[in-house]
Amino acid sequence: MSDARTFGTDAHPSPRLRGEGRDDLVVGAASPKGDGEGGAVGGAFSGELPHPRLPPLFADDDVGKTLSPQAGRGDAAYNFAYLDEGTKRMIRRALLKAVAVPGYQVPFASREMPMPYGWGTGGVQVTAAILGRSDVLKVIDQGADDTTNAVSIRRFFAKTAGIATTTRTGEATVIQTRHRIPETPLTEGQTLVYQVPIPEPLRFLEPRETETRQMHALAEYGLMHVKLYEDISRHGHIATTYAYPVEVAGRYVMDPSPTPKFDNPKMDDCPALQLFGAGRERRIYAVPPYTRVRSLDFEDHPFTVQSFDRPCALCGAEGHYLDEVVTDDAGGRMFICSDTDACETRREGAQ
Amino acid sequence: MYVAVKGGEAAIDNAHRLLAEVRRGDPAVPDLTVAQIREQMALLVDRVMAEGSLNDPDLAALALKQARGDVVEAVFLVRAFRTTLPRFGASVPLETGRMTLSRRISATFKDLPGGQVLGPTFDYTHRLVDFGLAEGEQLEPAAEAEPREDAAATPRVTDLLGRDGLIEPSPQDDGTPLGDITREPVDFPCDRSTRLQALARGDEGFILALGYSTQRGYGRTHPFVGEVRVGTVAVEFVPEELGFPVLLGTMQVTECQMVNQFKGSREVPPQFTRGYGLVFGQSERKAMAMALVDRALRASELGEPLASPAQDQEFVLAHCDSLQATGFVEHLKLPHYVDFQAELELVRRMRAEAEDKREAAE
Amino acid sequence: MTPLLSAHGLTKTYGPRIACAGVDLDITEGEVLAIVGESGSGKSTLLSMLAGELAPDAGEIRYRDREGRVRALGAIGPAELRSLARTDWGFVRQDAAQGLRMAVSAGGNVGERLMGLGERHYGNIRACALDWLDRVEIAADRIDDPPTRFSGGMRQRLQIARNLVTAPRLVLMDEPTSGLDVSVQARLLDLIRRLSGELGLAVVIVTHDLAVARLLSHRIAVMRAGRVVETGLTDQVLDDPADAYTQLLVSSVLAA
Repeated sequence: MSDARTFGTDAHPSPRLRGEGRDDLVVGAASPKGDGEGGAVGGAFSGELPHPRLPPLFADDDVGKTLSPQAGRGDAAYNFAYLDEGTKRMIRRALLKAVAVPGYQVPFASREMPMPYGWGTGGVQVTAAILGRSDVLKVIDQGADDTTNAVSIRRFFAKTAGIATTTRTGEATVIQTRHRIPETPLTEGQTLVYQVPIPEPLRFLEPRETETRQMHALAEYGLMHVKLYEDISRHGHIATTYAYPVEVAGRYVMDPSPTPKFDNPKMDDCPALQLFGAGRERRIYAVPPYTRVRSLDFEDHPFTVQSFDRPCALCGAEGHYLDEVVTDDAGGRMFICSDTDACETRREGAQ
Repeated sequence: MYVAVKGGEAAIDNAHRLLAEVRRGDPAVPDLTVAQIREQMALLVDRVMAEGSLNDPDLAALALKQARGDVVEAVFLVRAFRTTLPRFGASVPLETGRMTLSRRISATFKDLPGGQVLGPTFDYTHRLVDFGLAEGEQLEPAAEAEPREDAAATPRVTDLLGRDGLIEPSPQDDGTPLGDITREPVDFPCDRSTRLQALARGDEGFILALGYSTQRGYGRTHPFVGEVRVGTVAVEFVPEELGFPVLLGTMQVTECQMVNQFKGSREVPPQFTRGYGLVFGQSERKAMAMALVDRALRASELGEPLASPAQDQEFVLAHCDSLQATGFVEHLKLPHYVDFQAELELVRRMRAEAEDKREAAE
Repeated sequence: MTPLLSAHGLTKTYGPRIACAGVDLDITEGEVLAIVGESGSGKSTLLSMLAGELAPDAGEIRYRDREGRVRALGAIGPAELRSLARTDWGFVRQDAAQGLRMAVSAGGNVGERLMGLGERHYGNIRACALDWLDRVEIAADRIDDPPTRFSGGMRQRLQIARNLVTAPRLVLMDEPTSGLDVSVQARLLDLIRRLSGELGLAVVIVTHDLAVARLLSHRIAVMRAGRVVETGLTDQVLDDPADAYTQLLVSSVLAA
């Protein structure tokens, strides 16, 4: 499938630059841990390397005692929030560009993190780059603070940054999330960090990076609507229920990460800063506060969100996103709030 | 009254304690030492170093111990450690022509300066299980070979061919800064140095399968092994304040120079083309497969039709990293309740609508 | 009148091989120009250059836009060029799989250009798709079928509908009838002739089949080894060829 595409130069109206997302070649050899916000715990760099090096080959078998912090032994300190300052600087530069060009995917030199790709490495790197000592962090997965991956990421930062954590949406300054937007309305000064698996909204229509980049640059989004058209002609509905594509600030089409479309309206004109990190795919993008975020649709098939025809079985509230819990093997089911903090807050208020 | 599942923290702690226990195995069996792994599982250690992009046998051996022998997990540990290391600079390019060889094979010439060196190899062993090893059998030391007179000079086969112009010249270093896939995002289409970096740390199984596919006709390159050599090379670094190279140490590498399908026209006389592979440690399989894939990925540069997976750089580079692959495949274990609920709700609604329609029609 | 599209001295070489050398041609609204020649004569390379998909090594293509400005294609930025390709121009390809989205329904194929232009009313898109399917003689109840379930002739007709939906002014066709049965070919040629007349299209059609050229085109250009060896009114050139190669081409067809 091709329309005219290769004539003339390859210059196109994209904010992409050669070497974008590139890192400094030699990062702070004199001060590997940096000295800005989030500098090394314990003050200035003492002249020792931040990580113990192993003794040379053929040493005896005591090496384990002086090994990497990840090995769980040894007493080497981490840099604040794990990443070295050079890496944070690189990520912050990408973040600044992302905020300046809302919805545009900025490439960045994603690092290998001590958790697997696909488990939130992008969000973790973004969070690590923006955390300061006074921040209060909340981490949710599927709306809940107590799912294992949320617990694991929260502990990671509690351990490597020593910052305060919370499960209360209202108390948090930084909220890292996977698959939900908190139901308590976000406020100015808060930052929501999304974990993103596939940042490219056109990926499943066009697998080639070189082609999708061109489509974004020229705002050629007809194909996106072809997908919605096909849904309606086949099912009578737009059959996309999560990762529902949005147009940001009237320009870029963006993947909101696999949040249910129920949450899409919360992104629009949101007072909080929204940052998106995709570690494996090495992209960062952003929606600045109070930015227009519109879910794609047709005039005669307008965007609608899911509705649940019952209240939460725990807090009794209606109009919230519910998780279905299978209670027995005879078709027994109950529906409870997906946002555990909002649910608990309501229950406390009722008492 | 239903109580929502809680206690993620305690469950994680307990799971990790259990993991430590099973990692150790039966306490009656002596604990494996890192030195044992490093010395006796050397090829496994090499693979972890190659895919972990860090030349550190002790660390790789320890990672294997911690990972219970799971290669990808060990690679993961090494890579995550690597992330935290400060970057001082890049070494001078390795001079593999001055390698101290432990093995050197050419399939293109019967004999050549420096000779063929069989070295430690599984080739020509009969794959019969040696039950003596289970008994801890002591081995006879291998005989020392009499060095050939020309053993000191072991020019690369491609250099020999290059002298007569029979093979395309290796691209000269024109001072263009090279990419570094560990420090900057890959930008497609990317140059050969970037592709080689990705292949060098790529999953051995994936690269092997792709290389194999070119031999079976999916992007044929008519390869000949010009040379495979294994040995140690010096690693030199030029500190800015000194301005001359200093020796940092030596490391073992495997290099493969593949001699491929010739190119030419009425104006340009035909020349063989090159495919290149280089990995840490001893892994001829990986170096050779890498050289095959490198050559296949040069298809568009050499004006060959692009029709096979091994020729498609976006396909190869986006999928060759075992950490990215394993992370994304295994992330499917993470909860997806919210998305699944959204799909469930839609399917239920559409089924109800279909049912209504059917009833209305009756 | 200024031609809609005019090419001057178009040249393209691949290493030592000359694909096109110094080709000049003009085309105006309502006119069908056939480019004929054997395979390897440079017809398809020429068409790719006219479509803006291939940059010429030398020469220039000028296009008169809807505002009446005459502009060099090489000076138009890629964004505008792509937009022209989606609105003002059409390209019907020999292989329908390259001109259609094979996994998307017929309606979606026809509607894509409209959606690309910002049409956001599902009902309107569907009505327009139905209208165009009717005009290219595809039954309305096939609107939700993907082209994989269509015959060769239907696929070509769907390609035509997909291209004409934005009322383009110039349509390029690359061997649109090759590989089709004779009766299917006749029907398709008839359709092309009818639509190009009704809509006042400028059509450049590449074909190796002189019968197709005679049936459809007003003017003809004969290519050999990258050069136009003869050009003129179709009937004149085919009935009374001046060039030796054209004579050979015409006689070999007659002999066959």
